[in-house]
Amino acid sequence: MAAPKLDIGTQYADKYGFHDPEKYVFKAKPGLSKEIVEEISWMKAEPEWMREQRLRALEIFYKKPMPLWGNTEILNTIAFNEIYYYLKATDKQENNWNEVPEQIKKTFDRLGIPEAERKFLAGVTAQYESEVVYHSIREDLAKLGVIFTDMDTGLKEHPEIVKEYFGTVIPAADNKFSALNSAVWSGGSFIWVPPGVKVEIPLQAYFRINAEKMGQFERTLIICEEGASVHYIEGCTAPIYSNNSLHSAVVELIAKKGSKIRYTTIQNWSTNVYNLVTKRALAHEQAVVEWIDGNLGSKLTMKYPSVYMVGPGAHGEVLSVAFAGKGQHQDAGAKMVHLAPHTSSTILSKSISKDGGRTSYRGLVKVAKGAENVKCNVRCDALLLDEESRSDTYPLMQIDEKKVQIGHEATVSKVGDEQLFYLRSRGLTEQEATTLIVKGFFEPFAKVLPMEYAVELNRLIALEMEGSLG
Amino acid sequence: MKQEILKIQNLHAEIEGKEILKGVNLVIHSGEIHAIMGPNGSGKSTLSNVLMGHPHYKITQGEILFKGENLISLKPEERAKKGLFLAFQYPTSVPGVNMVSYLRTILKNVKGSDIPVREFRKLLEEKMGLLEMDKSFAQRYLNDGFSGGEKKRSEILQMALLNPELAVLDETDSGLDIDALRTVCEGIKKTFQSENSLLIITHYQRMLNYIKPDFVHVLAEGKMVKSGGPELALELEEKGYDLVLTH
Ligand SMILES: Nc1ncnc2c1ncn2[C@@H]1O[C@H](COP(=O)(O)OP(=O)(O)O)[C@@H](O)[C@H]1O
Ligand SMILES: [Mg+2]
Repeated sequence: MAAPKLDIGTQYADKYGFHDPEKYVFKAKPGLSKEIVEEISWMKAEPEWMREQRLRALEIFYKKPMPLWGNTEILNTIAFNEIYYYLKATDKQENNWNEVPEQIKKTFDRLGIPEAERKFLAGVTAQYESEVVYHSIREDLAKLGVIFTDMDTGLKEHPEIVKEYFGTVIPAADNKFSALNSAVWSGGSFIWVPPGVKVEIPLQAYFRINAEKMGQFERTLIICEEGASVHYIEGCTAPIYSNNSLHSAVVELIAKKGSKIRYTTIQNWSTNVYNLVTKRALAHEQAVVEWIDGNLGSKLTMKYPSVYMVGPGAHGEVLSVAFAGKGQHQDAGAKMVHLAPHTSSTILSKSISKDGGRTSYRGLVKVAKGAENVKCNVRCDALLLDEESRSDTYPLMQIDEKKVQIGHEATVSKVGDEQLFYLRSRGLTEQEATTLIVKGFFEPFAKVLPMEYAVELNRLIALEMEGSLG
Repeated sequence: MKQEILKIQNLHAEIEGKEILKGVNLVIHSGEIHAIMGPNGSGKSTLSNVLMGHPHYKITQGEILFKGENLISLKPEERAKKGLFLAFQYPTSVPGVNMVSYLRTILKNVKGSDIPVREFRKLLEEKMGLLEMDKSFAQRYLNDGFSGGEKKRSEILQMALLNPELAVLDETDSGLDIDALRTVCEGIKKTFQSENSLLIITHYQRMLNYIKPDFVHVLAEGKMVKSGGPELALELEEKGYDLVLTH
């Protein structure tokens, strides 16, 4: 084919791969040790209990074996000793855009943060490196009594809430990477919504990795009190680097009786990043938790947002999409754990693989004995763009109750020659036709995103598709 | 003299090493309506696909001239931009692709320039009105979950929007009940502009009751075996292919 060859490398680097000279106030030595963990805690002037909790987590991290599932081959290439576990870009918190340092602002400008804020943001917590540099909360939110801050500040200003909930949904011992995060966490968001308060506008945070070999271990905790509701959005793009980077976040959600939390993520890590994230929610009686999760980029993503429905009538939902290109493996899925009667859940997972990329759906549906009248629906659709690409599903069901309704459906399809010919006969090039088919495939996901994100996602898809044909 | 829109000369084409078209000849001038009739498996869809540039078919001999220019080396999208359109016998669906934005995209791609949203909306509503299509249709995904009749209407709507110089309609009548057939044919007539040309491919004569062809050709076993006026279609209907072709 004679289509012009697009250089995805330089375009990608230009649009998303920019990075600032490393101007760091503090840069820890690479590698992990008790000293590093103590230094992090000391730098942050944390309470004693947090310091001890970190050190205990470090012990657990050392003892825990690497996961024996997922892509163990790629997992075992993580060089823990070459990773930086803590960085701080500026020393002080910013809550006014004008005061944010110029260098950092430029980065965010290109990510469109100020614009996004103008349009619909209630507050911005933009995480630059491991520390939050910019933070603002609209006055009406504060008036409602909503706390929206970075995790470090949350710990300083609301230690009693943090102490009550931190690590209760995902304990350090949950898995090796939650242990690591618990030991070295820095940044992330802390949100508390008082009873009955419905936050109408999405709360948003941006994360970036911007230092070679740097790990980013943000920790997010959202507590929604009875009858309250909140929508939280995180979006990521990351610069391209030659060395491997580790991103290992922990996100804990607590949805009290009759409350609702929606957590939306679009991640576009550079292709050298290990993205190993633990996300879990507790949904109490009649509460609703929705994970909207988009995974583009990274070398390996292992992420299975889960909802533990602990109260009757609770509802959990996961809607996830993954895009794996050359040399990438997106191992994503969902876990729905029904521990109470009349709980319901749905999982919709959509994945695309191209240029030899690999996607896996790994899911768990568990219904405990006594959890009667549970309904659960699982659907995974995979789209392969070429012969070299691969997709697998690993659905696990543990149903210990008879009175349940469980549905599972999985499809794997290829972009059909007839579809391509049809669209080409209407004037689209082969690449435009493929991009359109891919966008259509992701539509059920894009449709639940706020407008700006849907546009951003479409741009990312178009970019990912460029240069893949021709 | 009328312009020669399409000239097919001694066209041979094969798929998977099997020769299907075995020397097809056809000339269509601007403003003319031609019909190709033929038994199932005679190569009608093959001819449509080859005209549009389907990559699975291999042309082994012959020429296709479109407005004097050889089409064979052009990609399907390039042919579309030159003013050729194919309404598929079995249109595929593309889930998740919104009809309105799709229609706007193809119009832009074929015409080479965007038209303002307002103007587009007006144009679309006008054409949908002519085809007696429900407004909700525009909010659906491209051919996704469409009934047979809705798919055919969707094809004609696209044709009406793109206003091609030559439209090939491959069995647009198949799968339509009598009422749907009438609306679709009326729609074609209302949106058809007299300087353009049509090539109607059909197995039955019934569509030609609504759209009267200037010429009728019979394709059998990959060759044009007979040509004539509209009366040939009636003769075929009356006597059947076997009788007409053996005499
Ligand atoms: N993809 C294909 N592979 C092999 N043979 C095909 C293929 N498509 C069509 N044919 C054969 O080509 C012949 C003509 O088919 P077609 O053009 O669809 O006929 P018509 O449209 O007149 O019914 C038939 O014998 C059919 O079996
Ligand atoms: Mg046919």
